[in-house]
Amino acid sequence: MPVPENLTYTSEHEWLLIDGDTATVGITNYAADQLGDVVFVELPEVDDAMIAGAVVGEIESTKSVGELLAPANGSILESNRAVAESPELVNSDPFGAGWLVRVRLDAAPEGLLSAAEYDALVGE
Amino acid sequence: MTDHLSPLHHTHVAAGATFTDFAGWQMPVRYTSDLAEHHAVRTAAGLFDISHMAEIIVEGPEAPAFLDYALAGLLSTAMIGQAKYSLLLTERGTVIDDLVVYRLTHHSYLVVANAGNRFAAVRALVERAVGFDVAVTDRSDDYALIAVQGPRAQAVLEQTTGLTVEIPLDELKYYRSTSGSFSGVPLLVGRTGYTGEDGFELYIAAESAAAMWAAVALAGAGLGLVPAGLACRDTLRLEAGMPLYGHELSLDVFPAQAGLDRVVALTSQDSFVGREGTEVGPADGAWRLVGLAAEGRRAARAGYPVFASVSENKPAGIITSGALSPTLGHPIALAFVEPSLAEPGTEVSVDIRGKRLSFAVTALPFYRREKK
Repeated sequence: MPVPENLTYTSEHEWLLIDGDTATVGITNYAADQLGDVVFVELPEVDDAMIAGAVVGEIESTKSVGELLAPANGSILESNRAVAESPELVNSDPFGAGWLVRVRLDAAPEGLLSAAEYDALVGE
Repeated sequence: MTDHLSPLHHTHVAAGATFTDFAGWQMPVRYTSDLAEHHAVRTAAGLFDISHMAEIIVEGPEAPAFLDYALAGLLSTAMIGQAKYSLLLTERGTVIDDLVVYRLTHHSYLVVANAGNRFAAVRALVERAVGFDVAVTDRSDDYALIAVQGPRAQAVLEQTTGLTVEIPLDELKYYRSTSGSFSGVPLLVGRTGYTGEDGFELYIAAESAAAMWAAVALAGAGLGLVPAGLACRDTLRLEAGMPLYGHELSLDVFPAQAGLDRVVALTSQDSFVGREGTEVGPADGAWRLVGLAAEGRRAARAGYPVFASVSENKPAGIITSGALSPTLGHPIALAFVEPSLAEPGTEVSVDIRGKRLSFAVTALPFYRREKK
């Protein structure tokens, strides 16, 4: 299934909805499917600083652990408490209610992919 | 490297399965949701393709004496139709593989080995057969193996069109088997499994597997039966405290370390390969397999180090399997720990990716089904 066209993507299977110098970040349906049922999500605290490429959260399924990587330098504005309480949202609605963090970006993230480029990456 | 496809591969593709490489086999890891599949097995029934397992036929006048010598448990005393969990040991008494052995007739047995140990098991059996009037034949490529597991497994099979069995399933005891047929093709049905639930394993010629799978699935549709993948098979067996070769068992592990002393026939008069080694046993202070449980939702996973306390920095154990238990709702794990930490109730500290979490040693199994 093609990914939503209004989002941009990273090669680490995260999506970003960029609005000026802020962005909402989640993982793609491909990443969620690879993990299997998500049973635990560890998200950062508000105002935590983030460094591009560093681990800011963890997404655990019964089988494995996925890492949430910071897409750019910046800081955490909000973590999705609904997902912390209902981790299955990551599987059921990865591009919507399963969003993970809202962040402030110090600079535009580099190396982002369009929806078409991301679909090509995962073989859609 | 994935060389092998199950005889049911096309069935799984059509069902939309996600696949994983398991011991060189491309097998379904889940169909839709590994949690839903897990719960279905605990509450209704699951249908598993485990055709990657190895089937080895041992037959001949001396088959009973041969298996008593080649394996760590007594098979000559098994009744016809009986299945036994057994071990194939090295000379020094460590584990080459863990097996389920079915006695088919007076002079023939079916030995079921793990996919990853197929060739090691066949090689060891063939080597040990020298001097016995017995034939060891690897029939793994000829057979499919389908497991139906869960409280409604019997009802599902009783309603499967085309399936007949010699011993009615409501009379078939745990770890007993019966011959039967599906649409005229002979099969073996064992009341065995790897989930901690009641259930059956069906051995049938590979070319008849897809038709039987479809018939079982159809019969189970109204009973809550779902196809179930290897992901939930792993969490189910972990809750049931069952070892998985490569995690809890290996060429470095003695049966006593893994709590499998009862499988080894040390009380018999006969010699078997590995007897001297198991009598000597593991070195003093060798780590022991225990169950661990914690609060919260953060799982300890294979390879994570275990410490005697939160302030201790010298590892005193290692996690071999771990998950957030879908049935119990809290983290469970199997681990090898120093003998001084092996007593149930002992608190230990596990390093989970840089964070220490407290676990308590717990008696196994974590989950036990209510017997009717």
